Amino acid sequence: MSEPILAISALDAYYADFQALYDLSMHVMPGEVVAIIGANGAGKTTLMRSVSGLIRNAPEAIRYRGEAIGALRADQVAARGIALVPEGRLLFPSLSVEENLLIGGQMHRPGPWSLERIYALFPVLQERRLVPSTALSGGQQQMVAIGRALMANPDLLLLDEISLGLAPVIIKTIYDALPGIVEEGMAAVIVEQDIAKALSVSSRVYCLQEGRTALEGRSDVVTREAIAAAYFGM
Amino acid sequence: MDWINAIVQGTLLGGLYALFAAGLSLIFGVMRLVNIAHGDLIVLAAYLGLSVSTVLGIHPLVALALVVPIMAALGYGLQRGILNRTLGDDLLPPLLVTFGLSVILQNGLLEIYSADPQKLQAGAIETASLQLGSLALGYLPLLMFACSVAIIAGLQWMFYRTALGRAFRATSDRQDVAQLMGLNRAHVFGLAMALALAVTAVAGVFLGIRTSFDPSIGGGRLIFGFEAVIIGGLGNIWGTLAGGVVLGISQSIGAEINPGWQVLAGHVVFLAIIALRPRGLFPRMD
Repeated sequence: MSEPILAISALDAYYADFQALYDLSMHVMPGEVVAIIGANGAGKTTLMRSVSGLIRNAPEAIRYRGEAIGALRADQVAARGIALVPEGRLLFPSLSVEENLLIGGQMHRPGPWSLERIYALFPVLQERRLVPSTALSGGQQQMVAIGRALMANPDLLLLDEISLGLAPVIIKTIYDALPGIVEEGMAAVIVEQDIAKALSVSSRVYCLQEGRTALEGRSDVVTREAIAAAYFGM
Repeated sequence: MDWINAIVQGTLLGGLYALFAAGLSLIFGVMRLVNIAHGDLIVLAAYLGLSVSTVLGIHPLVALALVVPIMAALGYGLQRGILNRTLGDDLLPPLLVTFGLSVILQNGLLEIYSADPQKLQAGAIETASLQLGSLALGYLPLLMFACSVAIIAGLQWMFYRTALGRAFRATSDRQDVAQLMGLNRAHVFGLAMALALAVTAVAGVFLGIRTSFDPSIGGGRLIFGFEAVIIGGLGNIWGTLAGGVVLGISQSIGAEINPGWQVLAGHVVFLAIIALRPRGLFPRMD
């Protein structure tokens, strides 16, 4: 078995003054899609922010390709090939759609993703490439947020609640695009409230409960009962 | 004719005020930093121009080739060494620190150069002028105005058309998300301050050629810069030029009415504009 691309061990992380993650351990293999589920407040977003460097932790708690990155700044983490699609999308309002994508690619990491390829994936963005990002619908903004992360040509893509607040038909469009995104060997971690969606796109799943791992398993074999038990702590 | 002359001379003076304002506007726009020491940095640039041109025996405009990079380097170091540490949710620390910096700069200049007024000698070009009917347009004010417009145009282009400008705008929008894109905020802010002080270097040398200066005049230049920014509308680079011109014309018309009213007239017009249009003449659309 090869080395994991991301290995988290004994991570204690804090959200403001509250401890949000307790002694958390998990790993992601190269090219693997891992889903993270859990109730609100379980620590999913704190986990995403910790891995991406927005929350800084003990160096050894997070290892990426064997390197201790837990204490690095977000820009240093990004330069190593980890990109986050943040919860709430958080586009740059004074930048146009295309400028949002270009700023995502400003590190010029080599890889398959380019403006042309993003526009091929989400054609509506090409039509609207010159409008301010604030003028887009929620679904289109989410496409920009995903495109912006892909422009960095990451080796590990973190997706935090990408279906939050979107219409089902838009969610389907975005999830239909996922296999095409990860087919070239990019690893991904998907935080998702919709358990069925999370299980359908991932190969393994972690369920967090109150900052701890309550369940870990292969997505195609975990049972609804086991998830319900992990979700609610029963 | 005197009135037309006053308006034309005021417009040319306004170019200089726009340069005072451009640096202020840039750093406020990118990092929400109000730099109280900005006027003293303009005066510092004028003294640097003086030292460089006298030590090397070169024309003050040629001295810009050294003063601009020195001020830019100083700006980067100042931002990374001191000012970045003051930035956060609270507006007060950067105000206090730049106020302190202003005091240090004034006293430092006083110690080194004394309180005697100085002037940069630009030679024959200072008195040469273009005769247009009964209007006499000095070549030097014309050249400075052209440079100011070119610098403002360059800043506008940089801000909206280049990768650096994109990085400035993204960091200004959302600092933490910009960090996720691989932009180190501390470095981006350093670059913004470097650019602002490069513009300030030009402003300081132009000021020193145009009029005599001493270590105490920074505060007044800061006020003119602020007024130009506010009149033009925050966040609008071309508006800053318009604001500078409005201020310059107001001052020269005031001086035409009564020589003692020059500065006062500028302040009165500034107050009238913020009373009638609190967001300035050309606020950024949003």
